[in-house]
Amino acid sequence: MTTIAFTLNGRATSVEVSPVRRLAHVLREDLGFTGTKVGCDAGDCGACTVFLDGAQVCACMVPAGQVAGRRIETVEGLAKDGKLTALQQAFHHFNAAQCGICTPGMLMAAADLFQRTARPSEDEVMDALGGVLCRCTGYRKIVDAVLHVAGRVPAAALDNTPDAGRAVGARFPKVDGLQKLDGREIFGADQAPADALWLRAVRSPHFSATFTVGACDALHRKYPGLVRVFTARDVPGNNGFGVYPQVKDQPVLADGDVRFRGEAVAALVGDRDTVMTIRDDEVPIHYTPRTALVGVDSALAEGAHRLHTDKPGNILAFGYVERGDADAALAAADVVVEGTFETAFVEHAYIEPEAGWARRVGDRVEVTVTTQTPYMDRDEVAQVLGIANEAVRIIPTACGGGFGGKLDISVQPLVALAAWHLDRPVRCVYHRIESMSSTTKRHPARMTARYGCTKDGALSGFTFFGDFNTGAYTSWGLTVKDRVPIHAMGPYHVPAVRAKTRAVFTNETPAGAFRGFGVPQAAITHEALMDEMAERIGMDPLEFRWKNAIRVGQPTASGQVLKASAGLAECLAALRPHWRKARAEAEAFNRTGDGVRRRGVGVGAIWYGCGATSAPNPSTMRMGVAADGTVTLYSGAQDIGQGTNTTMSQVAADGLGIAVDRLRLVWGDTDLTPDSGKTSASRQAYVSGGAAKRAGENLRAEILRLANAGQDAWLRFEPGAIVVEDRGRMQTIDLRRLEAGGPNGDVIMAEGYFDPPTEPLDEKGQGVPYATYGFAAQIAEVEVDVELGTVKVRRIVAAHDVGRSLNPTQVEGQIHGGVAQGLGLALMEEYIPGRTENLHDYLIPTFGDVPEIETILVEDPEPTGPYGAKGVGEHVLCATAPAIFGGIYQATGVRIRRAPATPDRVRAAILARKEQRP
Amino acid sequence: MGFYLRPTAVEEAVRALGERPLAIVAGGTDFYPARVGRVVDEDVLDLSALAELRRIEDAGDHIRIGALVTWSGLIAADLPAWFRTLKLAAREVGGIQVQNAGTIAGNICNASPAADGVPALIALDAAVELASARGTRRVPLTEFIIGNRRTVRMPGELVTAIRIPKPSGVATSTFLKLGARRYLVISIVMVAAVIERAADGTVGAARIAVGSCAPVARRLPLLEAALAGRPIGRALADVATARHLEPLAPIDDVRGTRDYRLDAALTLVRRALAELGTAT
Ligand SMILES: Cc1cc2nc3c(=O)[nH]c(=O)nc-3n(C[C@@H](O)[C@@H](O)[C@H](O)COP(=O)(O)OP(=O)(O)OC[C@H]3O[C@@H](n4cnc5c(N)ncnc54)[C@H](O)[C@@H]3O)c2cc1C
Ligand code: FES
Ligand code: FES
Repeated sequence: MTTIAFTLNGRATSVEVSPVRRLAHVLREDLGFTGTKVGCDAGDCGACTVFLDGAQVCACMVPAGQVAGRRIETVEGLAKDGKLTALQQAFHHFNAAQCGICTPGMLMAAADLFQRTARPSEDEVMDALGGVLCRCTGYRKIVDAVLHVAGRVPAAALDNTPDAGRAVGARFPKVDGLQKLDGREIFGADQAPADALWLRAVRSPHFSATFTVGACDALHRKYPGLVRVFTARDVPGNNGFGVYPQVKDQPVLADGDVRFRGEAVAALVGDRDTVMTIRDDEVPIHYTPRTALVGVDSALAEGAHRLHTDKPGNILAFGYVERGDADAALAAADVVVEGTFETAFVEHAYIEPEAGWARRVGDRVEVTVTTQTPYMDRDEVAQVLGIANEAVRIIPTACGGGFGGKLDISVQPLVALAAWHLDRPVRCVYHRIESMSSTTKRHPARMTARYGCTKDGALSGFTFFGDFNTGAYTSWGLTVKDRVPIHAMGPYHVPAVRAKTRAVFTNETPAGAFRGFGVPQAAITHEALMDEMAERIGMDPLEFRWKNAIRVGQPTASGQVLKASAGLAECLAALRPHWRKARAEAEAFNRTGDGVRRRGVGVGAIWYGCGATSAPNPSTMRMGVAADGTVTLYSGAQDIGQGTNTTMSQVAADGLGIAVDRLRLVWGDTDLTPDSGKTSASRQAYVSGGAAKRAGENLRAEILRLANAGQDAWLRFEPGAIVVEDRGRMQTIDLRRLEAGGPNGDVIMAEGYFDPPTEPLDEKGQGVPYATYGFAAQIAEVEVDVELGTVKVRRIVAAHDVGRSLNPTQVEGQIHGGVAQGLGLALMEEYIPGRTENLHDYLIPTFGDVPEIETILVEDPEPTGPYGAKGVGEHVLCATAPAIFGGIYQATGVRIRRAPATPDRVRAAILARKEQRP
Repeated sequence: MGFYLRPTAVEEAVRALGERPLAIVAGGTDFYPARVGRVVDEDVLDLSALAELRRIEDAGDHIRIGALVTWSGLIAADLPAWFRTLKLAAREVGGIQVQNAGTIAGNICNASPAADGVPALIALDAAVELASARGTRRVPLTEFIIGNRRTVRMPGELVTAIRIPKPSGVATSTFLKLGARRYLVISIVMVAAVIERAADGTVGAARIAVGSCAPVARRLPLLEAALAGRPIGRALADVATARHLEPLAPIDDVRGTRDYRLDAALTLVRRALAELGTAT
């Protein structure tokens, strides 16, 4: 230990630490300045950006010893006297902070730029901020916010804080946005009791092995700071978890058998330095490696060992949809195209790794954690500990990005188990490599499909078979295998369809939920074939899609006749002028250009069912009025950056008839809020929004009943009273005279409940899997360097049918972020277990990779949705890759059949095509 | 926790290095990423307070870049035009955070096959200056790095500077990097090229180096010989052929296949030559 004295945000500071400790950790853990975030500890994400003597550096790579006598500034030091800087305000207004985990780094990098230049250009902004990654926003709103401060972009289009009853549809910033800008927001790794022990999981270096754990006495003797080593034996309840109530196949701690590299085998608990110093090979674990089944072919091969004894052939399950006679339809079609398409494991790459802490409170356990789904976490932890669900309390922190990856548990059962046994608070923060190697991914897919149409462009039949690599455990594999066949033909009316999927276990990282549940993979397939058919019959690709777009009154392949809100044709029509102009421009460029850089424009169309597939999927929301007149929305819907806290407040406020800024929000905590289901399947706006609206309306009805007033009465909430004005008649409800009751101690309360109406699917996949679908079409303008195979996306135009846009600012945020992820899926993202387990080998888009995005919101209202709204969270990602691939085709004549289209693959395809047609 | 020393004089640093094995930290941008999820418990020599190594000096026939000069320091320095190849490389290293902390010397000591500084420095004919308790020595950069993350630096030695000889006449240079995204990207291939112009407007000397295509960045001597004496113009690009890539031995990895690397290297070499052929 050394005493290191330096200036922190203008104040003399001194701290006693190891001089090689990373500055980021000193700031966060030794000094409590948790505004500086840690996403990788490797310089890759920039979340830890601070100023060192006035210049931006990554605090995760600065040894504490180097700051002696120097000046450090962090995000906490930006605002002066509690007043946000113009930059922070611009971030708020432009929705440049979604989850907010990258925001401190972004703000510091931008502030550094303004120290050097007052009016930076767009290129200068990109260069200055290029060292910070964001997974939520797609960067463009950040660029706009910075350029606004530079005086180059006008103020964000925002509505004034809306009056009572007018919040829905208004553009306004996040209700909880300000705390993301000055370092106040608390994420999973930001807080834990000072006496908390640290937990670190020891993970398998083998893809497949059996193992034994020996006695740890020697380890304890060598490391007195080691309190306990937990293994499978220590799990008091069921040593298995999984997202379905009936499938708990993934052990909390592996029991003698590891099925993927990165699987947790033991948990070390002790002081931080001790558990981080012990190397995995010092722990007496003896592995006997076994053949690793990598890729579905090796898992399906004859003689392959079974990963799970009850799953012969390593097949988890099949999914199936059949309608009409697809083979006959294809035989009769004028044109039939077919192809096989492959996609890779894709990592969520949220900038916040998994983190949380637990403590035992008597016979209960409390887990404070970053999550997308507090109630599922609660039930999961309960069954692992063998205690009642109600004996577990989940207190979600702000979530620094989820995208499906935080729907499965990670640290929760580990810290809960340790806290339960030790009766001391225990915390755990995954490091980046651990996060990437142990948590779920997007399913790699290999899909073969045939699509046919008539020569005048009517779709006739479609067949599809897809293998989905679900990795070592089930996770969300059943959802993917069901969702894909329903969506596999795309958002079109196709008379005859047969689509089958197979989810296969392998010795790879479990594949789970990732924005789209298999639909983005399927979309690559159906859209490529749509393009080929259009070309074969000589029809414009966009017009071909418009002609076949499924419309109200037509049945889906599941036999569900759409009754309302099918806005794809409208989306395509909205894109038409952009499409024609861009296609013509690309052709002109290619005619006159040097032939090395060639341009193309592609279109992708998709649909996506909102909510769980043919399963109960309810949300409950509660509202209450306290004796002092405070109105509170108790929302269990977890905001993971997409703005759910804001949209729920809007919907509930309008339901009740109160200005949205008068509403207090309590969110997430399972002891304080009702179950609003998980943040997944694009269901929160639609399902929880439906519940929030009803909660507002029910609370209103209750108040009107108390006042004996009519439907149109006005409500005014005052300290201790509600004034009800009904056609000139004023009445006051004295809240102080009412009795407090219910779970939150309010004096008046109401709940709202919504469960989307679906019907079960039969063995041929016929039924009503979803109550409503969202639709989207996007255009991508690309430029390919044909000599190098590099693809630059120049512009995206995205048209989305969202039913009703509850808050256009938030919807655009979703679209931008989804487009960026779609671009990554298309061009660069490929997770390879054991090889791309960090954010420099695994590439996600950076500033400069995401182009200008124009959004068009189409509103074809959904009658069952709140104010007509339906989901948008996943749709945004699905159309981008197909559009980009279409653009690559127009530019080069090459059809991409394997994602990502990395430069080497694109170049190889271009060379192969040259050989075919010299 | 281990031993930690942050000396202010080179002699002190060198003495300490002679006494015990020490891990050296300069900007820390390679050091820390190699230790994710671990407490650093090695004995460390932190160079960051050696102010005398932070300078770029004109030493008559060469330019001397102190071992603590960062990428940003280099970008900001007033250097002759032929230095452009290294400045362009500097701009491609990480983001500004990394450029502000990472040193050029650290880049060569770390000896990654994908180090962007190395081809540029090789094309500039750089040499490495090392100091130890026994004295100093100078090693050409091409002999300093001997493999993937291997150098001839002895445990007791410190790199104190990089020396770059001045070209005899007018010279131009460039650097082209190929990666799969815009920022923060490890090179799939990069090419550095320097052309010295003879009095008659022909190529007096050419030095072309390719990185990420072998364990160590390699020069292309056959191409360099073929370029010598040619008139400077766009047609220089046509001189380069696949045959000239013979020193390269790329591998397949997550960033690209072997064949792709060779193909892209040729394209980049040609583009670099076209650019220098038309540069004024
Ligand atoms: C996010 C990120 C992106 C990056 N992108 C790129 C890139 O695009 N291109 C690229 O080339 N590099 C890249 N790098 C690596 C680059 O930053 C380093 O190679 C840097 O230049 C090393 O300098 P340093 O001072 O930080 O070295 P350190 O990390 O301090 O040290 C690196 C190694 O060199 C040794 N060493 C350092 N100085 C001396 C000395 N004077 N004498 C003896 N040994 C010494 C150390 O012991 C250590 O082994 C990136 C790094 C990060 C974190
Ligand atoms: S935590 Fe420092 S760059 Fe990611
Ligand atoms: S807002 Fe940037 S990572 Fe979430």
